[in-house]
Amino acid sequence: MAYSDKVIDHYENPRNVGTLDKNDENVGTGLVGAPACGDVMRLQIKVEEGKIVDAKFKTFGCGSAIASSSLATEWLKGKSVEEAEEIKNTAIVEELNLPPVKIHCSVLAEDAIKSAIADYRAKQASRKKAAAE
Amino acid sequence: MKLPIYMDYHATTPLDPRVLEAMLPYFTEKFGNAASRSHAFGWTAEEAVERSREEIARLIGANDERSGQPDGKSIVFTSGATESDNLAIKGVAEFYKEKGNHIVTTKVEHKAVLDTCKRLEKDGYEVTYLDVDRYGMVDPDAVAKAIGPKTLLVSVMLANNEVGTVQPIAEIGKITRAKGVLFHSDAVQGIGKVPFDVNAMHVDLASITAHKMYGPKGVGALFVRRSKPRVRLTAQMDGGGHERGLRSGTLNVPGIVGFAKAAEIMRLEGKAEAERLVRQRETLKKKLTARLPEVHLNGHPEQRLPGNLNLSFAYVEGEAMMMAIKDVAVSSGSACTSASLEPSYVLRAMGVGEEAAHSSIRFGLGRFTTDEEIDFVARLVIEKVEKLREMSPLWEMAREGIDLTQVEWAAH
Ligand SMILES: Cc1ncc(COP(=O)(O)O)c(C=O)c1O
Repeated sequence: MAYSDKVIDHYENPRNVGTLDKNDENVGTGLVGAPACGDVMRLQIKVEEGKIVDAKFKTFGCGSAIASSSLATEWLKGKSVEEAEEIKNTAIVEELNLPPVKIHCSVLAEDAIKSAIADYRAKQASRKKAAAE
Repeated sequence: MKLPIYMDYHATTPLDPRVLEAMLPYFTEKFGNAASRSHAFGWTAEEAVERSREEIARLIGANDERSGQPDGKSIVFTSGATESDNLAIKGVAEFYKEKGNHIVTTKVEHKAVLDTCKRLEKDGYEVTYLDVDRYGMVDPDAVAKAIGPKTLLVSVMLANNEVGTVQPIAEIGKITRAKGVLFHSDAVQGIGKVPFDVNAMHVDLASITAHKMYGPKGVGALFVRRSKPRVRLTAQMDGGGHERGLRSGTLNVPGIVGFAKAAEIMRLEGKAEAERLVRQRETLKKKLTARLPEVHLNGHPEQRLPGNLNLSFAYVEGEAMMMAIKDVAVSSGSACTSASLEPSYVLRAMGVGEEAAHSSIRFGLGRFTTDEEIDFVARLVIEKVEKLREMSPLWEMAREGIDLTQVEWAAH
């Protein structure tokens, strides 16, 4: 299968590979996919005053999965949490020129974003609850 | 050393230059139709075809029992092994349908066999697909148990195209002969590379193709035993009655001449070549496993094709790996490489686990593989696996001591 130049670029020079401290209450972690399905993405965001100041990923998966998560971290940085929630897999498909058989990679990236945000919000909610008690 | 490096010899092989040389006259001055009985052009072509039959018969030990000479008449030329598999299985099923309706095969056969069997199931035949062990090996006892009064044919491949496991053909042949059941083997991958002798192993039908042994694409053969037992087939291609009525169609004379030259080279050089390939394969394996932890061999450690090294690099996905080593042509059992998004059915049948299937890479070494290429590939693979593991959340989790089998994955 031929890859688009953008997929190859993200694959060869992945942006923001790494790990944030998952115990930091300002960090949200999303872990989606399954090894048996051939792709697992872990996407993390660090939020300060409602803005995403850092994003990191690690991905087990094909080139398109790696590129989708790399692109996602690039897009997340600097966005507010609400803006981040609006990122759609179709935008990733368009940007990376993914063929139909690779659309599931973009869906997984969207799921990873949503899951990281949900984790961050859950942490904030339990912190507020703890503070209130 | 030239890039890219070809390490996909199970998919196809380049033509040996000696084969090309043998073929060339048959495109131009010796262009006759082998079925033309009335002039020298036809006779020249026919002679070349008959010599070719004998050369191919010789390679697989298809000797006439009385004379001990290669029995060219037992070779039916086809367009390749897909057609040979179809002709063998459908041909037997149809011809002997009054006698029975049952076929025994394995879960790790090539699609040319499996899909042919599926078609027959739709037509009312019954098919038993035998399991294999974790090395991809069929148990001859399971073959014996599967054979019943309605069984017409057992079809087991000589060597697997993905994991290289060589099946116990001789033992299975003993069983089928004793039970009076016909035995077909798709011998494509193993011919000339591992021992194969249709008489000694009691094989009644064998599929071969030229392009996996340094011959041209689009030409193959089916060995059909002519005595003890005499195998009968219903033709699947009707027409001018070529190949004694078993396969109509004007013969591909240059292709057949090339096929025979390839068979001759295999007969003379195959053994030495196999020894060299085993050495190169083991070198590559040692270099990789010495540097990289958690690399697992798929297939049998000893009973395997000389040029086959199928490895799973844990925590690294196969297609990403192939992209990383794009200067090396290999293949993967990963789902992502197939349109179906299903990982390899062969690895699944072996029970190696879906993860291992997604992480598998098949290195196929062959006639033109050099030691220099082995060194280059080893270094490149080590570098890229390390890089991809640094990017892999699974690798990080495993390093932290998390048991990945206990994680509740959000499967999609
Ligand atoms: C085991 C096996 N059988 C059959 C075939 C099909 O051969 P052909 O390409 O000549 O149709 C192949 C090759 O893909 C193979 O590896």
